[in-house]
Amino acid sequence: MTTLYTSDHEWLRIEGDVATIGITDYAQSQLGDVVFVELPKVGRSLKKAEAAAVVESVKAASDVYAPITGEVVEVNEALAAEPALVNSDAGGKAWFFKLKIADKGELGGLMDEAAYAAHTA
Amino acid sequence: MLAHETSPLKQTPLHVLHLARGAKMVPFAGYDMPVQYTAGVLKEHLHTRNAAGLFDVSHMGQLVLRAESRKVADAALALEKLVPQDIVGIAPGRQRYAQFTNDDGGLLDDLMVANFGDHLFLVVNAACKEEDEAHLRAHLSDTCEIVSLADRALIALQGPKAESALAKLCADVSSMKFMDAGPRRVADIDCFVSRSGYTGEDGFEISVPADKAEALVTALLENPDVLPIGLGARDSLRLEAGLCLYGHDIDTTTTPVEGALEWSVQKVRRSGGARAGGFPGADEILAQFAQGASRRRVGLRPEGRAPVREGASLFADASSTEQIGKVTSGGFGPSLNAPVAMGYLPTALSAVGTTVFAEVRGQRLPLKVAATPFVPNTYKR
Repeated sequence: MTTLYTSDHEWLRIEGDVATIGITDYAQSQLGDVVFVELPKVGRSLKKAEAAAVVESVKAASDVYAPITGEVVEVNEALAAEPALVNSDAGGKAWFFKLKIADKGELGGLMDEAAYAAHTA
Repeated sequence: MLAHETSPLKQTPLHVLHLARGAKMVPFAGYDMPVQYTAGVLKEHLHTRNAAGLFDVSHMGQLVLRAESRKVADAALALEKLVPQDIVGIAPGRQRYAQFTNDDGGLLDDLMVANFGDHLFLVVNAACKEEDEAHLRAHLSDTCEIVSLADRALIALQGPKAESALAKLCADVSSMKFMDAGPRRVADIDCFVSRSGYTGEDGFEISVPADKAEALVTALLENPDVLPIGLGARDSLRLEAGLCLYGHDIDTTTTPVEGALEWSVQKVRRSGGARAGGFPGADEILAQFAQGASRRRVGLRPEGRAPVREGASLFADASSTEQIGKVTSGGFGPSLNAPVAMGYLPTALSAVGTTVFAEVRGQRLPLKVAATPFVPNTYKR
């Protein structure tokens, strides 16, 4: 299992041809208390960099972009019911959605943990 | 943008304290201001409702208006040329909400006016303070002296524990009622204290000499009931309290009637009153008192969980292409644990309980017109 990161502060956990996607702990700390999450519909085809989900704090709304192209195969309904999970467990229970990876070549442009740590340093 | 094109942000006398407390600073009305501290907006909001929150609002303008005759009634009569409120009727030691109007009946700013016995004390919005001072000078300097109190900080202490926290430093605040205002010694510092605020909670605003502000705030923060609160929670608190934010919910294009602020215009200034009219835009505003306005500011409660934010277009139904209004403030209300908003609607659709729709990310979300305040206020009347 590989974890990759985007410069927009999303993480991707790659298992076979499925990527589980969430936002990083750094991202949640910048957003503040999350009060609302809007998830994409299962079956939706997302293009890389397309707005896929919305995460809202008391102050503001932010888009979560599809880090790669793919079809939404599962969304985390628990997150819609309990948006605060994003603050308490951004890298774990607060995953947003799972994508069936369309082009594994797109993964090459993403950061590994060390590169992401340097990016947020 | 190149650095030399931006003017440096101003700092309040409490800037060092904000940084020491771990505040996240943002530019606001030309000042570097704390938007939140380490607790975050949600906890800061709830702490203010449950205990006491301390806000630095030193960016706001503080002005003295004093008649050359030295009679406060003359200063009050002069100010009535610029606002539709009964200023003459503000008793010594009392404060009142007011607005500067323009010739179209729109609002140049909203403000607080206190009668300090021999002069008036005004608190105006940060973003408008230079224009307000120039406006006062242009219209009133023939009879009044206008002094900007730029060497004073302003702090607000708000919430159910505000009285007990302030009473430790100033015994006679407990006898003050909502909108009482005047000079008080607080922690051996000469302050101006009013029992008012911008959160819907009981509380106080304290004007303090800039060089004593940090000492006063430090003394207040020694009380574990008191936490510093940023502008983020200040906004969610005032929104839940149904209070207008100038430049958003009211501005130069909205009248007091459209803004649902009729309560703030006393009968003596309305048609038939002893001092009716005589302020900029009086014809337009008094005509609206008689005939009503075509649109009205309302409270809005989204039916779902999604916040509906400032700028969202409003529609009468889920499919109509004709925009009928706009959201002017919106977000999440932590005390309600639900989204809340304010906006303008045609008066015919402004009754409490009416369902309208907001467009958010291409979807039409239903909202109900709701009474404000959304959270009951706890003023000590």
